[in-house]
Amino acid sequence: MPIPRRLKAAVMLTALAVAPVAALAAGDKMMDAINEYRELLADGNPSELVAAQGEELWKTPRGPKKASLEQCDLGLGPGVVKGASAQLPRFFKDTGKVQDLETRLMTCMETLQGIDPNKVINERWLKGERENMAALVAYVVTESNGVKVKVDTRHPAMKKMYELGKQTFYYRAGPMDFSCATCHGDQGKRIRMQELPDLRTHEGAIAGWGSWPAYRVSNGQFWTMQHRLNDCFRQQRTAEPIYGSDVTIALSVYLATKANGGKMVTPGIKR
Amino acid sequence: MAAKPMKIRASVKDGVTEVKALISHEMETGQRKDANGAIIPAWFITELSAMHNGKVVLSGEFGTAVSKNPYLAFKFKGGAAGDKVTLTWKDNKGETRTDEAAIG
Amino acid sequence: MNNQRRNVLKTGVGATVLGALTAAGLITPGMALADWNKAAFEAKSMADTLKALGAATPVDSKDVQVTGPDIAENGAVVPVGVTSSLAGTTMVAILIDKNPNALAASFTLPAGTEANVQTRVKMGQTSNVYALVKADGKFYMATKEIKVTLGGCGG
Repeated sequence: MPIPRRLKAAVMLTALAVAPVAALAAGDKMMDAINEYRELLADGNPSELVAAQGEELWKTPRGPKKASLEQCDLGLGPGVVKGASAQLPRFFKDTGKVQDLETRLMTCMETLQGIDPNKVINERWLKGERENMAALVAYVVTESNGVKVKVDTRHPAMKKMYELGKQTFYYRAGPMDFSCATCHGDQGKRIRMQELPDLRTHEGAIAGWGSWPAYRVSNGQFWTMQHRLNDCFRQQRTAEPIYGSDVTIALSVYLATKANGGKMVTPGIKR
Repeated sequence: MAAKPMKIRASVKDGVTEVKALISHEMETGQRKDANGAIIPAWFITELSAMHNGKVVLSGEFGTAVSKNPYLAFKFKGGAAGDKVTLTWKDNKGETRTDEAAIG
Repeated sequence: MNNQRRNVLKTGVGATVLGALTAAGLITPGMALADWNKAAFEAKSMADTLKALGAATPVDSKDVQVTGPDIAENGAVVPVGVTSSLAGTTMVAILIDKNPNALAASFTLPAGTEANVQTRVKMGQTSNVYALVKADGKFYMATKEIKVTLGGCGG
């Protein structure tokens, strides 16, 4: 079902992630009240429903090879899910590529199950194999909740991706001449009552990177990081990147590197 | 589409069992329109009940104002670790689902 | 009088539907689901809703509380609940004045279940939220205004 246009407009105004920015909230009763609201929502995050479906899917034999994903190597060895998303993206020897969680899961689906990655890449958000992907992501990131971001940036391919990500972050494009930095490159910016984390800083990066993927209460949907980043391009009114393409992974490498050492609160819950 | 499982948590402390549940359901109000301007029909849970040891511990009725993927929390006296708590719902299309959880 | 007639009608219809569903194997008798109060849920105003619930003139009570935030960032999901310290509380309900239909949810509490139920509701706009409670056969009420910064019914 396509998202109704009015809803899209509302979503568009809601930007990347949200954690209380102390300086802003000081003495601000409105922000205190909103933080109370957010705390009430945190206990009973509907992402749990999606994660439960993902766990089931992880263990279910699927695809032409009728295999489960239980032997999938997310970077910590075959079948290790605990803490796995906290060390992604990373360079994988077997594919010779830097991969984020979603592109790595596509590799596992292809090699273990025989599922063509194009079934995910060419699908619409929250449909078919992309809906399955979202469920798998919800399961995997739940297993990294509370874990510290630990991205290994030493490999030359990671360094290259970081530089590409940085370039993308500051690259102005589209009819409004926006870059990611236009909204996320200043301290204390907000749209309506929504604070925009300054993603150039460690604090801002962990507030953003560390609380996605997330359940959005505005539309009752669970969004993966690919989905979230895609929406930034859409809000920039520029061409949306291909699912899992290098530029999306590069942005993730940039954000994750900035967030390194911070605690993941995943899946998040957003307004 | 088959109804998806609920997520139920139950824990006992000082003789009182606290139940927290998340239910997977659209809870469509019947007041929204789709991209073509057509009304999306109402689709929502109307009744639910919680049981413990064959006894009803809560029964509820929902209207369309309950949020998508409903959340419910309540407490009842009694219950012991390992006991089952069962939750059943029925929606306005007649679909139902029952899930259970052990008190932890 | 009007009330009574409605209750009789309601029970009649409910029983038939339940019977049919049971016969069709859709529900099992053991489920003990309540009989959905169509008149109350379809009533629009607070007054009509209260009437349909048989609670035309509830008394304001400090022993009843609406729990929830002062401000909801998004009306699509507003955490609200009802607590009551009145002895013999057997029913609690959540009503939202400015919603298209005031009644959001109601709960029947058997003996042993605490009068403390939390859920999450949609609010189209800033509104008074009411907790209606039935204790010892009488109706009591409490209210709290919850401000909504982004309405939750437009979709």
